[in-house]
Formats: sequence, C-alpha cells, structure tokens
Amino acid sequence: MIEFKDVSKTFTTDKGNVTAIKDVNMKIEDGEIFGIVGYSGAGKTTLIRMLNGLETPTTGEVDVNGTKISDLERGGLRKKRHKIGMIFQHFNLLWSRTVRKNIEFPLEIAKISKAERQKKAEELIKLVGLEGKEDAYPSELSGGQKQRVGVARALANDPEILLSDEATSALDPQTTDEVLDLLMDINKRLGITIVLITHEMHVIRKICDHVAVLDGGKIIETGEVLEVFKHPKQPITKRFVYSEVAPSPEDTNVVVEQLLKEYPNGRIIQLTFHGNQANLPIVSEIIHQFPKLRISIIEGNIHQTAEGAIGSLFLQLIGDQEDIDGALDYLKTMRVETEVIEHGR
Amino acid sequence: MGGNTGYFEFNNVDWNQMWSATWETIWMTVVSIVVVAILGYFIGLLLFETSGSQNFLVKVINWLVALFVNVFRSIPFIILIVLLLPFTKQVVGTIIGPVAALPSLIVSAAPFYGRMVELAFHEIDRGVLEAADAMGASQWQIITKVLLPESLPALISGITVTAISLIGYTAMAGAIGAGGLGNLAYQEGFESSNNTVTLVSTVIIVLIVFAFQFIGDFATRKVDKRVV
Repeated sequence: MIEFKDVSKTFTTDKGNVTAIKDVNMKIEDGEIFGIVGYSGAGKTTLIRMLNGLETPTTGEVDVNGTKISDLERGGLRKKRHKIGMIFQHFNLLWSRTVRKNIEFPLEIAKISKAERQKKAEELIKLVGLEGKEDAYPSELSGGQKQRVGVARALANDPEILLSDEATSALDPQTTDEVLDLLMDINKRLGITIVLITHEMHVIRKICDHVAVLDGGKIIETGEVLEVFKHPKQPITKRFVYSEVAPSPEDTNVVVEQLLKEYPNGRIIQLTFHGNQANLPIVSEIIHQFPKLRISIIEGNIHQTAEGAIGSLFLQLIGDQEDIDGALDYLKTMRVETEVIEHGR
Repeated sequence: MGGNTGYFEFNNVDWNQMWSATWETIWMTVVSIVVVAILGYFIGLLLFETSGSQNFLVKVINWLVALFVNVFRSIPFIILIVLLLPFTKQVVGTIIGPVAALPSLIVSAAPFYGRMVELAFHEIDRGVLEAADAMGASQWQIITKVLLPESLPALISGITVTAISLIGYTAMAGAIGAGGLGNLAYQEGFESSNNTVTLVSTVIIVLIVFAFQFIGDFATRKVDKRVV
C-alpha cells in the first residue's frame, strides 16, 4: 500500500517560496491502477516523484509498502528504487544501447548476473511484444515501440510498483491505446500497482480504478473512476470529465439553449447510463408507454472504462406535462440517472 | 648556409631522416593524445559533476578547475613551452627531443579537451540521467554506464579536433628542439634552405592530419546510433 500523509512540498526559488504540493493525504491500494489527473503546473510530477525519492516532501511522509521513502539513506533508497519501476513521457532510453541492452540496464544496476539478465530480458521482450526488435536501437523504433521498451525496462527488477509519468502524452491516440492496453494487461497479469499521472482524462477512464484530481497542489476530488465520471463534484473535475465524455460540450450547450427557447414547453434531459443499463432499450420503452410524447435525440455517447461502460444521452421531450412527468418517473424506476436541464450547463 | 634550392629536388631529401622525423611526430601526437584523453576526461567529469551545485565547497572546486582550464587554454603554445621549461627539465630530465615535448603538449591540450568533455556531458538528455537515478544507479554506474557511452560520439569527435591541433603543436615544439617534422622543416628546410624538405614535411603533416580526421570521423559515425 502507498500512503501520503499530510504531504507538502515548498520550493525555494529566486522569486520566493512556491508551494507545489499542499496537505496531500491519499491511499493507494495494492494491485490497483491509480490515476492522478491535473492540468500542467498542478503538481502531478512533484507528487509522483516523491514515490521514488526523486523529490522529498518538505513536511509529511510518503510510505511505500511500509517503507518511509524520505527516511531512507542513499544506499537504502537506491535498493528501494530497484523495486520501483518508472516510465516517462519521453521514454528516456539510452540511444547507445539496443532494445535488449536497454532492458538489461536496470538489471546491470542491480548487479544481476549476465545469464539471469539475458533470461529476464528475453521474457520481458515477449511480455511487451517486441520480438524481432531485440537488437534494434531506439532510433529505429516508433514511439509506441519505444514506450514498450520503457515498460519492459521498468519491469526488469520485478518492481512492487510502476510509476508512469505522462507515459502516453507524446503518443498519437492509437498508440496511446496500445500502451494503455499493455499497462492494463501487465497490471492484471503481474498484479503490480500502477500509479500514473496524466492530463488526459481518456487515460483515467480507460485503465484506472481510482482517480485523484490535483489542482494547485491540492487533491480536490478523489474516488472510483466510474463514480467520478458519473458525479463529478468540483468544477475542474467536471471540465475534465466533460472534455472526455462529451467531446464538444459547447456545441451541445448551444443546441440545448436554442431548443429551450424554441420549445418552452419541452424538457431537455440528460441521462447517464453505466454498466448494463447502457444495453437496455430505455428510449423505446418510453415511446411505448407514452405514445403521445415526442422524443428527439440531441446527443449521445458511450465510453468504456476499466469498470464498465458509461454513456450519456441528451433527449428532448415534448408533450403533456403528465406524460413528461410519467417518463421521468419511469426513468427513476429504471434507476437511470436523469438530470433535467433548465438552461445550458 | 647553402644556396636556395627548388621545391622539387627530391634527391636532396635524406629519406631516412624524413621517416624518423615522421615517426617522432606520430609518436609525440599519439602519446600526448592518450594522456590528454584520460586527463581531459577527468577534468571534464570534474567540471560536469561540480557544476550547478549549491554546496559551497563544491562551488569552490568547480571555480578552481574552471580557472585552471581557462588559464592554460589562454596561454599561446609557444609561450607555454618556454614557461614549462623548468618543469619539463624536472620531469623528463631534458628539454630536447620528442619526450621533452610531451609535458607542454599535454598541459596545453588537456584543459582544452576537458572543456569539450564537459560540453559533451551537458548535451546528454537530462531525462536519461534521471531515469538512471530513478532505477537506483550509483554515481559510478551513471558515469560508466550513461555519461561515457551516451556522449561517446562527441568525445571521439572532440579528441579528433584536439589531435589535429596537437599535430600542429608538435611542429611548433619541433622548431625549438623537440624533434619531428617541424624540427626537420626548420633545421633542414629553413636553416639549410632545402625547400624540398620543407615541402615534403608539409605534405606528410597534411597526410597525418587527414588520416586522423578520417579515423576520427569514421569512429564517430560507427558509435553514433542516434540516427538510422
């Protein structure tokens, strides 16, 4: 288990003190994928670097599987770092080494024998799907392949946790998904805890179990990914969530405003589905039960998260007040989250 | 002094003398390059490792090494030889011959190369150093496994440039008694007005420079895996 206890970090610069992290308390369970999301400058990098002692907290303590990181002396910290893998936005591979030698690099650092190094590298090359590229140099690889080498390298010493510092931010969308699938696969197969930081909500949605939203060095919201996606509380969280589930919220807003003006008697509702609800024929059921109700679909989408599907649907209902209320009641009985939109978000 | 002879009277050339002078030049260059490469590597490493530190003592070391480097880089070579005569006499026991040229060659070129080494280290991607740090590498492992291999092309092209200027310096050292082609061109070519010797010496020096450049460029390309 990873624990942050009252962690704060202040940097002293020429222009005075800058607080990068403020009173962070957080627990990360074994075997989960924990995402920390925030805009640049929110303090994500500082926070994740505390886990392997690249940064030390000014106050508070960081605990990784029972070891207080900030208490370790140099030798102890080096040993602990062997067991904490890290992958980076820009991969940080050694250009002078082949794929195989890059993967063996952390093993050399941990002074593992040559025979064992070769065996381990062989396994990892298979695990990350780089067969045939063993003797290629990083300059001969694509971005996605480079990050695969980065992942294999990070796993070489059988680490307890894997840290991912914006590992997909330099990759195109398709490659991002490939690398995310690889991380999820590794998490499932090896049961390794993954802590990742990102500014892309897509990454959180796709593979994370829990998420913490960081802003101005503070954790402003944390919880299960599905829960945060369903009920984002803080404005910044909402912005992150909407940017992911509704790719163009502004456009939706404009349309909604217009419809509200044109049909003052109509109602616009936003439905949020998750899990199996996404598969139920709810709209057609409403049409069945309230034949006089006119329904038009404004916008809809569905997304896959690590814990199941989550979808949202914007509907306009026009008809008698009675029918509209009936439809809303029906939705309530179906336990579909329903929000009546008075005017744009 | 004999009369002025032409540039192409090859029967005036004592080829045995020419070859032994060539050999002396190559010997002086190679020996000093080896020592300069080692010394320069340590100077560069010292400059690199002590740069950007907040520690007062480390800052002082950095400042002292940088001062040493800058001073010895600024002294014109011909003056440096004269300045180092007592030192040379102490260390080598003589101030004549190829061996006597070594101290001044090394003292002038090592700081120069040291700067190049420092620059080469600074050009290494910070992220790679951080990755090694995050893996728990010791300082020694970072030096041997990251700094050295990742800066190798720059180190080799740096030593090539240094070698070529060293060849020039050997000729200058030769003129004041250190032997080699510079000495021959001066003694035989100039003092005895044997222009053919001057020409042949020049051609050989140019060929040596070309050879070093070629070898250096080839080795640099060979170790550089950054481009496909």
